[in-house]
Amino acid sequence: MSTPYQERFEALVSALREALHPGEQFTLGYNAEQSRFVRFNHAKVRQAGEVAQASAQLRLIREGRQAEQQFTLGDDAQLDRQRLQDALKQLRQTLPLLPLDPYLKLDESAWHSHSVQDPTLPDFSEVLTLVEQQAGDLDLVGIYAAGPICRGFASSFRAFGWHQANSFNFDWSLFHTNGQAVKANYAGQVWSGEDFSARLQLAREQLEYLGRPTITLKPGSYRAYLAPAAMDEIAGMLAWGGFSAQALATGNSPLQRLYTGDDKLDPRVSFSEQVSGSLSPAFSSEGSPRKDVALIVEGRGHARLVSPRSAVEFDLPGNGADSYEAPCALSLAPGELASADILARLDTGLYISNLWYLNYSDLPAARMTGLTRFATFWVENGQIQGPVSTMRFDDSLYNLLGKQLEELTRDRELILSTSTYGQRQTGSSHLPGALVRGLTLTL
Amino acid sequence: MFDSSALLRQRFAALRSKAELFSLRHVKQSHQSLSVRRNVAEPPFFSQDEGAMLTVRLNGVEAYAATADLSQSGLQRALEHAEALARQITGHHLLDLRDQPVPSTRHDHISPNFDQSLPNLADCLELLATESASVPKDERLVDWQASLGMTLVEQTYLNSAGAELRNAQRFIFPGLGVTASDGRDSQSRSLGRENFGQQGGFEVVQRCGLVGAARRIADEALQLLLAPNTPSGARDLLLMPDQMMLQIHESIGHPLEMDRILGDERNYAGTSFVKPSDFGQLQYGSPLLNVTFDPTIDEELASYSFDDDGTAASKQFLIREGKLLRPLGGALSQFRSGLDGVANSRACGWNRAPIDRMANLNIEPGDQSLEQLIKGIEHGILMRTNRSWSIDDARNKFQFGCEWGQLIEHGELKGVVKNPNYRGISAQFWRNLSAVGDSSTFQVLGTPNCGKGEPNQVIRVGHASPACVFRQIDVFGGDA
Repeated sequence: MSTPYQERFEALVSALREALHPGEQFTLGYNAEQSRFVRFNHAKVRQAGEVAQASAQLRLIREGRQAEQQFTLGDDAQLDRQRLQDALKQLRQTLPLLPLDPYLKLDESAWHSHSVQDPTLPDFSEVLTLVEQQAGDLDLVGIYAAGPICRGFASSFRAFGWHQANSFNFDWSLFHTNGQAVKANYAGQVWSGEDFSARLQLAREQLEYLGRPTITLKPGSYRAYLAPAAMDEIAGMLAWGGFSAQALATGNSPLQRLYTGDDKLDPRVSFSEQVSGSLSPAFSSEGSPRKDVALIVEGRGHARLVSPRSAVEFDLPGNGADSYEAPCALSLAPGELASADILARLDTGLYISNLWYLNYSDLPAARMTGLTRFATFWVENGQIQGPVSTMRFDDSLYNLLGKQLEELTRDRELILSTSTYGQRQTGSSHLPGALVRGLTLTL
Repeated sequence: MFDSSALLRQRFAALRSKAELFSLRHVKQSHQSLSVRRNVAEPPFFSQDEGAMLTVRLNGVEAYAATADLSQSGLQRALEHAEALARQITGHHLLDLRDQPVPSTRHDHISPNFDQSLPNLADCLELLATESASVPKDERLVDWQASLGMTLVEQTYLNSAGAELRNAQRFIFPGLGVTASDGRDSQSRSLGRENFGQQGGFEVVQRCGLVGAARRIADEALQLLLAPNTPSGARDLLLMPDQMMLQIHESIGHPLEMDRILGDERNYAGTSFVKPSDFGQLQYGSPLLNVTFDPTIDEELASYSFDDDGTAASKQFLIREGKLLRPLGGALSQFRSGLDGVANSRACGWNRAPIDRMANLNIEPGDQSLEQLIKGIEHGILMRTNRSWSIDDARNKFQFGCEWGQLIEHGELKGVVKNPNYRGISAQFWRNLSAVGDSSTFQVLGTPNCGKGEPNQVIRVGHASPACVFRQIDVFGGDA
């Protein structure tokens, strides 16, 4: 069944087909959202608003040349058609000015994909009431974002994709009076006041540990447990060019030594792009169905993410990656460590709930630096002693998930992206925690 | 320019609201992105974006609604959505803004050379292709790219108190990057890209130095590939402007943002090691440190006359002779904190609300030439061009990395070293500032990519700085 968003997109596609000149091909991407954004500070509403936005990305191809224009769409179908005509005009004027594009490759299959998940969105009044009732005595800060997100794609080869999902993402922190904080999140498609309350209660309980005297560590190597949210920061760094066919071919990937076989990770480490079953669209913005891809298998580099352009440039089979060649649903295989055993197995060391602001100190060596943030504890003999003041680590992936990896957890967390740069994002990751023998702290 | 003004004015006048104050901020933005990578023109990318944010203040409670539907009914609908939301959050709101002053000024601000026509697309591509083709043939040079981004922004702010503020700005972002690799190690050199952008016309491309630079940049990438690692240990550190801008940004700019200090950003961008009571008291850096919020350097990325909340912008010292004076706080933060701030309430587009942002945050020049700075160093290192940045959520413990390092011994520049990194603590680092370059070392730089806020926003910020020397900083290299 089509939705008003889909009907608008289909009307645009029809108008485009009618306007096309002989010899021209097109791809048309579509993004839309109707979002409510509410920021909280001290458990009160700091800033509240709604954003209704939609845009199209038109790529026009003719005689071996291509150019792309993105343009805003509104609620006026006639005005949107005019914007489409303006974009077509600009692209038609541009194409003759371009040289032939040797890496132009189009997916000419007439694939179809359709997914609409429109459960009822949360009642915002209930959200406000729950925050007031259950966090009114807490220093809660964060953001509630909710509403429908749409992604569409069509091509002159009759490919058509539609993805629409109602979702919410409440991302917050609770701060202790001593400045320590714990991070929590409740995201998904079906809101439950009970589930939200349970997450809030869990965070409240963790907050009590943060009231203990803060422990300051000296630089050195420490046993550490990295919770899934901390692992997500490391995975995010790998997503930044790590698996990209272009980055791997041009010395710009942090995993180049893994893919050349010069280095390896622990055999228990297997990463994949697991689009099926994720909340991401089943098609890329480039117009290809996304595929599940085994990226790292048993500690060794396997497949790369290959966009249509890289497929031609580097003579590789494409696998549905978009132009950034970044995973949208990165998954790390689970290990054997039971959640109940984490503290006992850690014994003495750092329990790290979150990491923050990672970057590379030596990219080809996959050596990265970053900081602890939110609920990092010092543990002795399997017992939490107290929060640790912010520490910087600087270590190589080949240590953390290689020589120093002791175990991955059996349970994994599905982490939905909280990113709202430009628009609400649909990416996710599915990750276990990791117990490491040595994490190098430097500052 | 401002083609939409008359219609916007008419539609704004026809809006009906029960709010004591309402405003419309209309933003129209177009962008063109061109690049030639490894001698192949990438497909050009264009964008056209237009929409408006309607904000209401109802019994002291503010809310907004952003829409791309600019018809009379579309704007009215958005205004009513904002009103309904303001009513819904009443009683749950943090701020009572009934007494916050409201702007009522009328003014136009226009970028330098805004009307200058630029070379056409074919000529721009030819320029980039020529630069790309100048990269020497060497199998170790595995990747290179010349690029040019151009953004036009027109913004109109109207409010029910009579304000009408219009901005017309053009931003130019030239870039060049080359990567050398021996199969195991890789080293890159770049010019412009994320470290440079200015307002203006084609003269910005000239000022960046893009034309004719490819051969030198490629040669420097090859030099780095052959260079030894940066040695570890304490050294005097000479930072050139294209690293100073990152140092200023992360360890002065973000910690002085008043909304961070007030706690709004604690869940995402973070907090600050600076407290409200530090203003007027804290010795942030050595007496050589003079930091200004300066919207008056025409070509700098965030020069403007009024910010996005309608506050008049003027040059202000945030730090003078090392002492912390005022935060980066716009009208709302000033109202909340009682501190004097600056006009830095900014939004990245029509679909995001203004918050405290850096704008142009600069270090004032000192009195030493680059030659004098180098001569004054017994055992040190020069670093240029940021490539890695990481700092804690209170903006204190940092680690930064550069593309290019060069050792300094006994007052002379020595060999090139790769992977130059350094780390420190903001609260101490600036007190080690021991020499500041004169105006001959001063460069007006900036970046299009400053991220912050919930919902997230990425915005253009300007940084101008001379070269500076810091005593006894912990430097180190990489693994390779």
